[in-house]
Amino acid sequence: MVLIGVLLIMIGFVLRFNSAVVVTVSALVTGMIAGIPITSIITQFGEAFTTNRYMSILIVTLPVIGLLEKNGLQQQASKVVSKIKAITVGRVLTMYLLIREVGAALGLNSLGGHPQTVRPLIAPMAEGAALSKYGKLPEKEQQEIRAHAAATDNIGLFFGEDIFVAVGAILLMNGFFEQNNIPADPISMALWGIPTAIFAFIVHAIRLRMFDKKLDKRLGSRDQ
Amino acid sequence: MIFSVEMIYVLMGIIVLGCSLYIFTDRTNSRRLTTGSFYLIYSITLMFGKIIPPFYIGLMVIIMVLIIAGGGLKKSEHVEESITVKEERRKRLGGRLFLPAILIPILTLAGSKLLDGVKIGGKALLDPSNVTMVALGLACLTAIIFAMVMTRGTPAGAVKESRRLLESIGWAVLLPQLLATLGTIYTNAGVGTVVSKAVTAIIPEGSLFWVVVIFCLGMAIFTMIMGNAFAAFPVMAAGIAIPFLINQFDANPNHIAAISMFAGYCGTLMTPMAANFNIVPAALLDLKDKNHVIKVQVPTALAVLAFNIVLMYLLVSLGV
Repeated sequence: MVLIGVLLIMIGFVLRFNSAVVVTVSALVTGMIAGIPITSIITQFGEAFTTNRYMSILIVTLPVIGLLEKNGLQQQASKVVSKIKAITVGRVLTMYLLIREVGAALGLNSLGGHPQTVRPLIAPMAEGAALSKYGKLPEKEQQEIRAHAAATDNIGLFFGEDIFVAVGAILLMNGFFEQNNIPADPISMALWGIPTAIFAFIVHAIRLRMFDKKLDKRLGSRDQ
Repeated sequence: MIFSVEMIYVLMGIIVLGCSLYIFTDRTNSRRLTTGSFYLIYSITLMFGKIIPPFYIGLMVIIMVLIIAGGGLKKSEHVEESITVKEERRKRLGGRLFLPAILIPILTLAGSKLLDGVKIGGKALLDPSNVTMVALGLACLTAIIFAMVMTRGTPAGAVKESRRLLESIGWAVLLPQLLATLGTIYTNAGVGTVVSKAVTAIIPEGSLFWVVVIFCLGMAIFTMIMGNAFAAFPVMAAGIAIPFLINQFDANPNHIAAISMFAGYCGTLMTPMAANFNIVPAALLDLKDKNHVIKVQVPTALAVLAFNIVLMYLLVSLGV
């Protein structure tokens, strides 16, 4: 019965209703089906909303990023990259993937992020690379490049961070096994993440190369 | 402690409050009252979340969602400055524009690594409950002062620019917090137990390969439903990993842990429920399709998921 809430979410996302509304309705419905009194649901709502304020930390970066953007940060990022010869969208993003993944593996999670790095720097750099190579950048391709920039940040972060021993995920799993009296070792857990981390890098780097080829085909190189 | 997490929330609240004041007075926005109220309420929940009783915060959240549902949240028209004006400004500062932007990660790293555990007069300098967040907040504060001096900007100007960005993110700014709330309600309502029962019911006990497949797929799917691999692990590990993989097939728990969390992350890459990673960036980058980032991620996620299944199967069956 409680799965009705999950079903509501899926229907809502498929029919493209506003996600914030769908999520709230699903939470209320799920709570009521489970027999939690409505006042208690609202209280739990408020409690969870407050505890999870850290999720909205991006707000604190807005004044700096906004001010720098007003003064041409994105244009400057794009300009710097366009001066490098043989630069391509795929190469810019593969380089960022490497930095992001290795950084996360060393525990440097705060090295990147969407509001502070992708929007002001990485996306404009990738767009700059496309502009200098093709001399033009239609909206459709611009949107794809931006989506790739955001995806690169996520993939680098996710498959890098579990290589670092003191990350939340590793500590959580170790704690869980301890509770169940199963001997486990955080260092070994982190090390056994390395094969997947390398595989993820290779796969995504190949996909970025293919993305370059696709752009070449669609936009044609300027030198040709 | 000297710098607490609450201070950073108050700082976030002040930024949003400033944005709401600008919106209230913007006559070009036909819905300035409801839009302004949305951000005003949001800023109150950020600043005073610890003080206001949770029931009232819950009501405020519902009011915000009602404003969204009723179409009361309208983006203001922002006059895009011409390329020549921006180019002029860019030329003035050039490469120096990078400094404040780079200052944020550098100061955050330095703060969270070097100042963690530092005490002044017996008080912790940075809130031990979330050092990284406090470090990021202080780094941004330093960077904004630096940026204002460099660009000869004012605090009002900085708030005005924040408003432009905040409005371009729109209602998506609320989504990560709402989804975390949904996760809590799901847990309290017992959704996790139901899902794990359904999954364990279809387990073919004798076949190691299929147990591994269902375990890894289960991690990914559960994560897609809950939006968070952390919530999936205890449920799936208790339901499948311990009774079948570890007790029956003698798998090494360290291998299982490392690979299963990555299988969960493959799910994170494919779900709108992980709004912070997938939906908010789409809004931040002005993408027309809110699922565009997810669409780009799916092929990589599926390839890595398949790799995880094969790797886990090989490690367990070879008894490495």
